Amino acid sequence: MSVATQDRLTIAVLALGGQGGGVLADWIQDVARAEGWLAQGTSVPGVAQRTGSTVYYVELARPDGSGRVPVFAQMPMPGDVDVVIASELMEAGRALLRGFSTAARTTLIGSTHRIYAIGEKQVMGDGRGNSDKIIEAAHKRSRRFVGFDMDAATERSCSVISAVMFGALAGSGALPFRVETFRQAIEQGGIAVQSNLRGFQDGFEQAQGPVAMPDAPVHAAPEPTTDRGRVLAARITRTLPNAARTNALHGVAKLMDYQDADYAALYLDRLEACAALDVAPYAVTAEAARHLALWMAYEDTIRVADLKIRGSRFARVRGEIKAQPDQVVSIVEFMHPRLQEVCETLPAGIGRRILASQGLSNLLGRFFRAGRHVETTSLRWFLVLHVVASMRILRRRSLRYAEEQARIEHWLDLVRAELRRDGEAALELVKCQRLIKGYGDTFERGLANYERIVAEHGRAARSAGEIRRLRDLALSDDTSTALMQAMAR
Amino acid sequence: MAERSFKREVVKLTAGEGEVFTGEGILAVTKALLQSGVAYVGGYQGSPISHLMDVFADANDLLCDLGVHFEASASEATAAAMLAASVNYPLRGAVAWKSVVGTNVASDALSNVASGGVTGGALIIVGEDYGEGSSIMQERTHAFAMKSQMWLIDPRPNLPSIVDSVEQAFRLSEASNTPVMLQLRVRSCHMTGSFVAKDNRRPPLTVGEAAAAPVRDTDRIVLPPANFLHEVEKIEQRWPAGVAYVRDNRLNEWFGPAQSEAGIGIIVQGGLYNNLNRAMELLGLADAYGAAQLPIYCLNVTYPLIPDEVAAFCAGKRTVLVVEEGQPEFIEHELNTLVRRAGLDTRILGKDMLPRSGEYTADVIRKGLSRFLADQAPALAPAPDALDPLPARVAQEIPQRPAGFCTGCPERPIFTAMKLVERDLGPTHVSADIGCHLFSILPPFNIGNTTMGYGLGAAGASAFKPKDGEGGKRSIAIMGDGGFWHNGLTSGIGNAVFNKDDTVTMIIDNGYSAATGGQDILSSRADNASRETRNPITKAVRGVGAKWVRETTRTYDLARMTSLLREALTTPEKGPKVIVAQSECMLNKQRREKKVTAAALKAGKRVVRERFGVDSDTCTGDHSCIRLSGCPSLTIKPNPDPLRQDPVAHVENSCVGCGLCGEVSHAAVLCPSFYRAKIVANPGRLERLKARIGGAIIASRQLAAERGRAARAF
Repeated sequence: MSVATQDRLTIAVLALGGQGGGVLADWIQDVARAEGWLAQGTSVPGVAQRTGSTVYYVELARPDGSGRVPVFAQMPMPGDVDVVIASELMEAGRALLRGFSTAARTTLIGSTHRIYAIGEKQVMGDGRGNSDKIIEAAHKRSRRFVGFDMDAATERSCSVISAVMFGALAGSGALPFRVETFRQAIEQGGIAVQSNLRGFQDGFEQAQGPVAMPDAPVHAAPEPTTDRGRVLAARITRTLPNAARTNALHGVAKLMDYQDADYAALYLDRLEACAALDVAPYAVTAEAARHLALWMAYEDTIRVADLKIRGSRFARVRGEIKAQPDQVVSIVEFMHPRLQEVCETLPAGIGRRILASQGLSNLLGRFFRAGRHVETTSLRWFLVLHVVASMRILRRRSLRYAEEQARIEHWLDLVRAELRRDGEAALELVKCQRLIKGYGDTFERGLANYERIVAEHGRAARSAGEIRRLRDLALSDDTSTALMQAMAR
Repeated sequence: MAERSFKREVVKLTAGEGEVFTGEGILAVTKALLQSGVAYVGGYQGSPISHLMDVFADANDLLCDLGVHFEASASEATAAAMLAASVNYPLRGAVAWKSVVGTNVASDALSNVASGGVTGGALIIVGEDYGEGSSIMQERTHAFAMKSQMWLIDPRPNLPSIVDSVEQAFRLSEASNTPVMLQLRVRSCHMTGSFVAKDNRRPPLTVGEAAAAPVRDTDRIVLPPANFLHEVEKIEQRWPAGVAYVRDNRLNEWFGPAQSEAGIGIIVQGGLYNNLNRAMELLGLADAYGAAQLPIYCLNVTYPLIPDEVAAFCAGKRTVLVVEEGQPEFIEHELNTLVRRAGLDTRILGKDMLPRSGEYTADVIRKGLSRFLADQAPALAPAPDALDPLPARVAQEIPQRPAGFCTGCPERPIFTAMKLVERDLGPTHVSADIGCHLFSILPPFNIGNTTMGYGLGAAGASAFKPKDGEGGKRSIAIMGDGGFWHNGLTSGIGNAVFNKDDTVTMIIDNGYSAATGGQDILSSRADNASRETRNPITKAVRGVGAKWVRETTRTYDLARMTSLLREALTTPEKGPKVIVAQSECMLNKQRREKKVTAAALKAGKRVVRERFGVDSDTCTGDHSCIRLSGCPSLTIKPNPDPLRQDPVAHVENSCVGCGLCGEVSHAAVLCPSFYRAKIVANPGRLERLKARIGGAIIASRQLAAERGRAARAF
């Protein structure tokens, strides 16, 4: 049955509380009534309105001229929905899950952007749901799938997502109503008419195009810009297997920015040692190229200061916060260098001595107890950070440098040893670097977990699968409980 | 000011005879009350009928003009007790609340008013929070109607039926001297539709006039011997009168033929009629306009049942399906009794065809009805559904999305503080309460052991009295300002003082009854022309004898929040420790300030906006910050670093700059990735100059550094 001849149209709107799903539902009813149809809207009020998923349901009926009013249903019925509008990709997924969208009947209009649920966000590693599977199912389980990044459209048009969804509905042609009537509904609403119309227009146009995913970051392999860069690039092509080259190029670029060309050369020395023991498809070397670079570019006070005061960073912030050229912006950092970090930045000897001496630690410690509000955009703090950043030239003498290099060497020894024994296990050991990240407590926890797993492997060689399992457990809670229990067994 | 304003809609309430009214269910109900000449209205907010209270509040002027008294009651018990005005006087009164919870609170007063009976029509509008979107225990208000003998109306969900049933309810109440409950289901409260209006009626007698000419009849008071008299009255007079009114005015309805070849029929609660019709339509047993091929007996009055009508409907039918949502299946039970008494052998099938629990959606009814047909009338039964569920490999990718604290919510830092303190002092027993703060039991906080009802947070902890030698650990009770004024002051704080409790009670004072839609309460800091606000909670708490009382006026100040908590949990001082944590509900604050800021920007005034951000190049993607916050605007995004794989934290533009992110990264010594940006629109001349000079110097250093990097770069 085609929309043109249907006497009843059913529309389900799946949105998150606060996204204006109710406004959209009202607009749709206004359009229908203006076109001489009968309309009923229902919604579920209550706590769902506080950022949870919620469903608005609209039924439209073409009067039969008898003056009778049909019996409207109060909620969407699986298999009996003509149009589903979802404000977010996983909400579109939910429409599929609840059977609202069906291949036989439904025009599915869904945003392809993600609003991550707390369950996905709080994960210590990567807890994101797989969008591709949803997109695939959306195509399969709808008569027509209209999908685009409605969040981007909202940003572009400085509007609200409900207006974009309304535009997409009009643009989809799923309803037998004139586009003009849609616009009038917004105008008669009388609220933020101009921006709503902009959003409507954007949504309307996007609905004409093919299904489009949000822009994802693309990482082209870096091109050398300096002589040293070219030398190292040439060396990579010469000495490293193809599989590892892109990561290695990124790694070299990162480390030259982090320290200097010699440091990047050290990186390649270490990498080549791995490659020498590795075999095709050189998965270990490829991943080592990633994780070694990340480890060697450990985040110390110097690095943080360096990144915080860069002009490019100032520009990025202005962009992120959407500051207008004529607006004055000041940036405050929340830093809390503890005596620990400070000493790590000092020359190893001095740093060790202070940390070793209880008296000195207490004496100096009190200066580094409270967190600091650092206004990077103020001249004073900028210069302070500038000094810290310029300690880069002394980094090789720092305590932290000594400690990290020792750890790295130990890790590489393990990996190389394992490469002779069990390539799979070696790969998993390489990936364990992922556990070491963050600052302060987070860093210590991650490092501790890494060392636990490595030690476990040291006691009795673990298989690749076991190492992977332990690593996943280490990332499953931030108290290391699961990991410890697993190892206790 | 409530979350949603009905100032525009309430104009419709003035619609006169013959005008077509188009709007939401709650507005239709309000209009129906005015058309019925209601003299007084009260109630307590709570979904799904929060907005009913908001409509009353926004229509206050209209109500005054009509001589109608409206009160935002302190609790459902208060509202129910208000119905006392209809006992001695021919005053029509209506009260409203969320059910079943509100009815629980109101039941003492309800029992009394139902026992003594009423002279003027007494209407109780219950928003039945059952099924999808419900936030409460799944119980039935039906039980209260039965135990106290109040009539229960469950109209077909369309505005004309609902409006008509409000008007009928008053007449029924007066005809039988019995309070009447009108059940509005979740989806009916905000259901839009149209009906033909009548003129509003001034109450023939106003509450003022009644009070001026007091009438007394002590037989209406529940005390021996009258209480025994009431029971007899209920059985011998009110019941038959109620049954007669329902029957004679045909409040129940019949659809379809009197008999079907298959010898079957369906009895349905009025509120489920639309779902039933849709189910039958899809099974080819009805059309879109309700022309059914099976006999349907629609109970717009679900209590009492009308024996003659039941007998007449069941006569000549082999089997009748009763479509009754919720359990226990009171109607099914009584139907069986009535059929027996009528000497019929009609078989009543209900819960053995339809699920015992859960909402009866059109789909659930379709499945149940199909089962019934297959069992009783195979000729009419549809082919079994071809099921095609979403494959698990896809379904498992779709995350749960529970409700949570809003962006910048001032309650969030309180639980962040609890989490941080828990790290040092170990876990404590936490007695939660009802309100937004109950979201604490969800990720990322997962804080809370029990919740015993609105305002009962402190009471729920009262059993825990640490004794020396038992570890002496104090438990923490949470209470919102809404719950505090609802009953928490006495049931919680007063009780704790009197019983020398040693618990810590955290009273979250965000200035409104926030979860129910931001209605004003006694301690609201907002000015309210028609209500008395600005009564501090601390004053009340001290008034009932609490000694250890602390207040913080900025919950985002995590350092203070944590130190207060730590002190409360560890101080040697005995007796209840009460912390009042104040910060305005962010929804209300934004709603108020957005307008002001927009106006100031338009006028070219200096406006300061703060928001937070995360530097993706220093963020390593551990997400501790998220586990300590859960703010919707603090999310994740793909890692821009080509080598890193875990997503980085990211602050969206919806950030309102509440400050928690910064406080967290300090208090929890997280990471230096967070920054706070202060954006000054229309800055002053001096400000601009200062920024330009400083900026220039910084820029030159940055340029030099950039050259240095470029020289050693890849």
